[in-house]
Formats: sequence, structure tokens, C-alpha cells
Amino acid sequence: MIIVNITKYLDTAEGKINAHFELSIHNGEFLTLFGPSGAGKTTLMRMIAGLEKPDSGIIEIDGEVWFDSSRRINLPPQKRNVGFVFQDYALFPTMSVRENLLFAAESPEERANVAELIELVELSQLAERLPATLSGGQKQRVALARALVRRPKILLLDEPLSALDSSMRQKLQDELSLLHSRLDITTLLVSHDIAETVKLSDRLAQVETGHIKRICPPMEFFSPQTLSGKLQLIGEVLKIEEDFPAVIVTLLVGSSIVRTVLSSNEASELRVGGHAIISTKAFNPILIPLP
Amino acid sequence: METEFLSTMVLTFKLAAVTTAILLVIAIPLASFLVFSRMRFKSVLETIVSMPLVLPPSVLGFYLLLAFSPASLIGSFLTEHGIRLAFSFEGLVIGSVLFSLPFMVHPIQSALSQVPPSIFEAAYTLGKSKIETMGRVILPSIRHGLISGIVLAFAHTVGEFGVILMIGGNIPGETRVASIAIYDEVESLNYAMAHQYALTLFAVTFAILLLVYTLNKKSLGNIR
Repeated sequence: MIIVNITKYLDTAEGKINAHFELSIHNGEFLTLFGPSGAGKTTLMRMIAGLEKPDSGIIEIDGEVWFDSSRRINLPPQKRNVGFVFQDYALFPTMSVRENLLFAAESPEERANVAELIELVELSQLAERLPATLSGGQKQRVALARALVRRPKILLLDEPLSALDSSMRQKLQDELSLLHSRLDITTLLVSHDIAETVKLSDRLAQVETGHIKRICPPMEFFSPQTLSGKLQLIGEVLKIEEDFPAVIVTLLVGSSIVRTVLSSNEASELRVGGHAIISTKAFNPILIPLP
Repeated sequence: METEFLSTMVLTFKLAAVTTAILLVIAIPLASFLVFSRMRFKSVLETIVSMPLVLPPSVLGFYLLLAFSPASLIGSFLTEHGIRLAFSFEGLVIGSVLFSLPFMVHPIQSALSQVPPSIFEAAYTLGKSKIETMGRVILPSIRHGLISGIVLAFAHTVGEFGVILMIGGNIPGETRVASIAIYDEVESLNYAMAHQYALTLFAVTFAILLLVYTLNKKSLGNIR
């Protein structure tokens, strides 16, 4: 169990705020911090890792105190045993893939993990290559494997997939999900991708400028129960066309394009690039098997 | 004549080698401080480090000479302890270290400032101390900056003239380096000897720089 209850004075895009984050994470849980950029998600993660110091409060993990302002305890990142995956991967440029992982290993047991992890993230063919010769997705796998070598108490992922194209993203989401269920490591992810959040997380913490507004299962967040639809899909709005008196909205759902007709009143709150739930209420959807 | 030539050349490169070695030890922590510290007096320190770039060597030499003289505070302290820095090899080393400081610090400083902060942080979250991170991750990845610093400081020390003339004079085997010897030989119209010194310096420095550029190109090619 990880308990976080900290405050920090933040200088955000929306002005200076006194952020207060309160949150507990169960062992083995996959929790996603979801919210607009500048809300303090990354700062919260960095404070858990010890890379930034909260102004006050406590951070405790399985009874071990990492930070406690009243007792003047502030363990350095070296002593916290976290796995941190950075947005820019942060691979060591002069070390091969294997050396990057071995650098993290301290005990013989951790050295043994290296071989297993290289296998697990399918990097055996590339183990002797330098990071500069790898693709974005491959680099991300190395960063992930490296963060797992020490079997951290918590894995912190700071928008690890944001720089990748969508197919690589989906592949890595699957791998991440697999790794999480296999290694059973408590994981905290920063994301603003809905599909990613729904796919990976047990719970979602909605972060709004400087505080956590709500914590709930992701489906409950994205599809409120008041809708009680028979079929619900989440899509990204690609295009809104006025076609008087109606409005035609084009959405991307998974990898399919869906077009639907709305009244201009209904469409008034939609915007291009935003997300929306498509649901049908009255009829059962028809499913036709594909060959 | 021939042995004097040899001893002068040996002294020249010995001075450059010792100076470069000392500078390397000083410059790495100094450059790290200049890049990572957020202290207020940082720009003052930065200015001091860069001063030798614009200051006439004779100015530095003049003040060092005053400092080394037994009449000064530092000088009298040193004399009491049996150390004589003016007109000695040790004095030359101190002068050269000060004078070549920016040539070692600047390349290392600029290479360090290009290392993304996340590289340091990644190593810290993997349980590595600052020293270990520096030694195993950062220094290897800024090796081009280190090599440039070493070469520039070495070459600059070999080519030094003003500071040495002021604080070292022209004592054969003790403070007489090649650049001074050239001046001396020309003064006494001994052009053949001046040529010998000049050509040797020219050839050796050309070879060193060529070697470094070739090596740098190769290791860069490996990465891309």
C-alpha cells in the first residue's frame, strides 16, 4: 500500500497554485493519473520518485517512510527503489541495451533478471546495439526493462508512449499490460490517452490543477452510468460539418471511422480533437460476423 | 646545441602534459558546478574562468610574478617553507594552469550542459550515487568534450609565450620552453635553430590535432 498526502507550491501555466495531492495505491494496482497537461501529474510522480521535494506531507510505502516533513525525512531517489520511465527514455548513450540493464543490477539475482527481461520485451536480437541505433518503440522497451531490473516497489511511467505512432503504441500497451500482470508490480502511469487508460488501468485518478478530483474505475469515468446505453463506444471527434438543419460528426473509434448525424443543438458541445461516447439506447446492435 | 634542443622540447611537452593533467582534475568539478549550480556568484566565477581568453598574458604574468616574489604575502609564506615559484618549473605549471583554464573548462561545460537532466535522474532512480553516475554514465557520454578540452589545453600550453616569459624567464632546462627559445634564437639571428624549433612545434601540433579529429570522426561514425 502506498500512501501519498503531500502539498507543493506549483508555478503552472494557469498561475501559481498550492497543490495538494492525496492518494493511496494498492499493491499490484495499475493506477493512471489522467488530466490536462500542467495539472501537476508529472510533478506528483517526480515527488514520489524523490526527484522533487514536496513542501509538506508524507509519502509512505508498505510502512516504510520515504518522505515526512514533520519528521524531516526525505529519502533520496537512490534509496527509494522506484522504476522510472521517462518521456525521452533517458537511455545511457554509450552503453548497449544489455549494458543499460546491467547498469541497474546490483545483486546476482538482479543480474539474472536482466537476461529474463531482455527475453520478455523481445530485445534479444538487439541486446548488443547502442540506443542511438534503435527505433522509438525499441528504446521505450529498453527503458521499461531497465526500470524493472531492480524489481521496484513502484513503477512510474511518465507518458511513456506519447512519442510513438499509434500502432506501436497499441503494441506496447499490450506488452505493458502483460508485464504488469506477470510481474505484479504496482504501477502509476501518467497519460491523457483515453484508450490507453481504459485498456491498462484498474483505477483512474482525475487530476485537475493541483489536486485529485476523483478516483474511480476508468469505465465509470468515461461512461457515466446515467447513460445506461446498450452499446457504448468511445471515439475521437475528427470532423464536425454543418449540413443544415443537421450536423454530421465524424469520429474515430478504434481504427474505424464512424459518421453520425446530430441536431446542431446536440453537436454544440462537441469539438474537433475532443472525445465523445457513442451510444445507442433503444435498439440492439446488429452483429454480422466477418469472414 | 643538440642536447639543448632536446631538453627544451622535452620541457615544453612536460609542461603541457602536467598542466593538462592538473586541468583535467580541476575542470570536471568546476564545469559541473558552472552547469548545475544555481548559486548567485556563479556568473562571477564564470567570468574569472573566462578572463584568460581576453586578458593579455603579460597582465596575468605580471601579477603572478608579484605574488611569487618574496616581498609579497604569498611569496614570503612560500619562501619560508622553502618553495620558490618565480623562475621555476612549478611556477610555470601554476601560470599555465590558470592561463589555459577556459580552454579545458569550456568544452567540458558545453558538453555537460547538453546532457539531458533525465539521464542523471534515470541513474539516480536506479540507485546510483552522483559520483558513480558521473564516472560511469556522464563522463563516457561527454568524451568528445573531454578530448577537445585536453587537446586545446595541451596545444594552448605548448603555444604559450607571454606568461612564461614574465614568470619563468629563459633558464635552459628549467623554464626555457620552445616558444621562448624561438624568440631567443631569432633575437640572436640564429635562424636555423629557430627553424628547427618552429618546424618541430608545427609538425607535432599538426599530428596531435589530426589524430584527434580522425578518432572523433570514427567514434561519431559508430554511433550514427
